[in-house]
Amino acid sequence: MTGFARKCKKTVTNETRNSLDNNEQSFYAILCYPALLHIARDSMSVVRVLVGTRKGAFVLHSNEQRKDWTIDGPHFPGWEIYHITGTPSDPHRLYASQSGGWFGQLIQRSDDGGKTWEAVNNEFKYDGNPGTHQWYDGTQHPWEFTRVWHLEPSPTDPDSIYAGVEDAALFHSGDGGKSWRELPGLRAVKGNLWQPGAGGMCLHTIILSPENPNRIFVAISAAGAFRTDDGGVTWRPVNEGLRSDGELPDASAEVGHCVHSIALHPTRPNTLFMQKHWDIMRSDNAGESWHEVSGNLPSDFGFPIGVHAHEPETIYVVPITSDSHHFPPDGKLRVYRSRSGGNDWEALTNGLPQENCYVNVLRNAFAVDKLDSCGVYFGTTGGQVYVSADSGDHWQSIVHDLPPVLSVEVQVL
Amino acid sequence: MIQVTLPAHLRGLARVSNPVELEVAQPVTQRAIIDALEAAYPMLRGTIRDISTKERRAFIRFFACGEDLSHEAADAPVPDDVAAGKQPFRIIGAMAGG
Repeated sequence: MTGFARKCKKTVTNETRNSLDNNEQSFYAILCYPALLHIARDSMSVVRVLVGTRKGAFVLHSNEQRKDWTIDGPHFPGWEIYHITGTPSDPHRLYASQSGGWFGQLIQRSDDGGKTWEAVNNEFKYDGNPGTHQWYDGTQHPWEFTRVWHLEPSPTDPDSIYAGVEDAALFHSGDGGKSWRELPGLRAVKGNLWQPGAGGMCLHTIILSPENPNRIFVAISAAGAFRTDDGGVTWRPVNEGLRSDGELPDASAEVGHCVHSIALHPTRPNTLFMQKHWDIMRSDNAGESWHEVSGNLPSDFGFPIGVHAHEPETIYVVPITSDSHHFPPDGKLRVYRSRSGGNDWEALTNGLPQENCYVNVLRNAFAVDKLDSCGVYFGTTGGQVYVSADSGDHWQSIVHDLPPVLSVEVQVL
Repeated sequence: MIQVTLPAHLRGLARVSNPVELEVAQPVTQRAIIDALEAAYPMLRGTIRDISTKERRAFIRFFACGEDLSHEAADAPVPDDVAAGKQPFRIIGAMAGG
């Protein structure tokens, strides 16, 4: 503590903050948010949940019990926060995608866990002439930047971060968001055949391989899943086994599938789980081929998919009724868990509304924490954020009247 | 000094209150005002006009002296009272969205 106090007597720079150990990181969080003192008193870990909504961002804090919470916000009130996330190598470095139909796209960065923010560069310029992609009616349409859907920081460098945008493309910043550069090789993979889903033609999922720094997976609606093995220079579609019957002229086309989200466990870097428009899919060879594991789900339509922090074969989905009924079957909000990597699913309902519930859970609004008893979190279009501190067995709402939730991320400090 | 008023979202972003006062070289045009505004408040880059093309964003309007100047040329002089600092150059988020 003496060393920590000495470090914090000075202005806390990135360097000094990075030198803090886990306990000191928790104390630093308390310094930024004094209200955390009462919830952290009995336990050293601080849990921070970052929530992006249609009308601003919220930062929620608790301790290992994840029972009592403080709610800070809204940050950026009135703006759409498609994604707000922290960097693994510097948990107090946060990034947020801030946008709106009137005023366009901004990227915000915080170096104190969300207490203060600084707007960084917001110029996302496609490399060269981006050409055209397929429009809803089958004609070609110019590529146009609309917004940033997803931000994925490097696991090792807080200044290195990827951005997935609409119209679909992948950008990278190596200087903490001061400049952005497109990785145009992705759009070269039959980009003229990609088409927007109902939510726009968005690159919404970015997974940096935990074992191979040159391997990245991305997913695009409606283009499919793609992989690079050379750090983003060249890409190829990894959609073998996906079927989009009634949605594509060729149901097993190489590109064009509406992939909603993908997740993997860091100890199984070649095993991917996918929530497609319809169908839950699994790949055990880094996307080379997929097979369906929807099994006994009441509906295999949905948006998010997640993997338990400590059990690589335990996965979660939140089924909704159909593509035209974006709400849970029978008005019951049920998270489904499979402990066998798919096919056999159990409904998790304890603490969730089981009547008259017609909310949805969007693709970026699901997260797990890494505490010993894995926490599971999701936010709804009705403004509720739910937590389970026991892998999904029991749920409670952290907050229930936020604007529609677009993204949920969690950090353990 | 030129006076500029901003909509609430942009005041929050730039952490200012209305009116914002700017030093703008003569002749005072829409382009010169927004150039000066973005230089003083870089976080506003891209929120009023496109970063690359410098075209006004679709849901942004410019008003001054009781007139809608949104479709005036970016390099046309603004009204004398704006150039003289007697009337504000109003940047407005269009009424849209129901």
